[in-house]
Amino acid sequence: MFKEDSVFADVRLLAAVSGGGALGALARYGLQTAFPHTAGQFAWATLSVNVSGCLLIGIIAVLIASAPSTHRLVRPFLVTGVLGGYTTFSTYIVDIQRALVAGAPRTALLYGAATLAAALAAGWAGMRIGDGLTSRFGAADARRAGSTVIEAEFTETGVLPDGPAGEPAGDDLTGSQGRAS
Amino acid sequence: MSVVLVVIGAAIGAPLRYITDRLLQGRHDSRFPWGTFGANVAGSALLGFLVALPASHAIQVLLGTGLCGALTTYSTFSYETLVLAKSGARTMAFLNVGASILAGFGAAYCGMAIAQAIQ
Repeated sequence: MFKEDSVFADVRLLAAVSGGGALGALARYGLQTAFPHTAGQFAWATLSVNVSGCLLIGIIAVLIASAPSTHRLVRPFLVTGVLGGYTTFSTYIVDIQRALVAGAPRTALLYGAATLAAALAAGWAGMRIGDGLTSRFGAADARRAGSTVIEAEFTETGVLPDGPAGEPAGDDLTGSQGRAS
Repeated sequence: MSVVLVVIGAAIGAPLRYITDRLLQGRHDSRFPWGTFGANVAGSALLGFLVALPASHAIQVLLGTGLCGALTTYSTFSYETLVLAKSGARTMAFLNVGASILAGFGAAYCGMAIAQAIQ
């Protein structure tokens, strides 16, 4: 019974990652098609995609982690799926490689360093924004979560339900501690 | 048509990254993000291979933009690096950045070399 449940849940989780990934990749493809570049040129579209994706992951990961009542498929869909499919590491690497092959080492170095620096700065800024939003609006969710536990205590036998608590809502999606996807 | 190919490739690539992450991370007790590292290096190798092939536009879009694009991720790479740095594991954060980029390059060049060798 439990085994069937977890297999079924995993299929839904994989579907959420898959669907989110397709949506994110479409957005990336749209931007890359609208702003194309040749091998030796600065890949502005991919840089914008990666940097904006890092800003969003910072905000969304912090918000979800601070809201234990978030549905368990929200994080795999948005973070692992949409943002994972939207941003790309392979295109970043191969764009640098192609710029080097095309005889534009300055562009390659500048693009490589600018993407890395801007992506880390954007991720950091996103986490700060997420923290700010949580401290402004997060209390409501904490109260909701608290009242759910109290209701459960009344309806059950007065013992804290350990079923849902065994599966932390925020970070169980990667199977590892506090990781994003 | 290209849009459909991107969707198909990404719909496979994203869950492949998730499964890679579960498999690799489950084998290590380390805080180093082996899962994302593995997916990013594998995707870089495949994309390096693809762009060096005389492959059709459809294959490039399906496997390159769709599959490799969704198999690899910059957002999680950046987020995991920042989480490591914030938790005090700065050496590991620097190591993650350096190793991901160096291994990504190595993998992309290997992919390119294989593509050129089989032509």
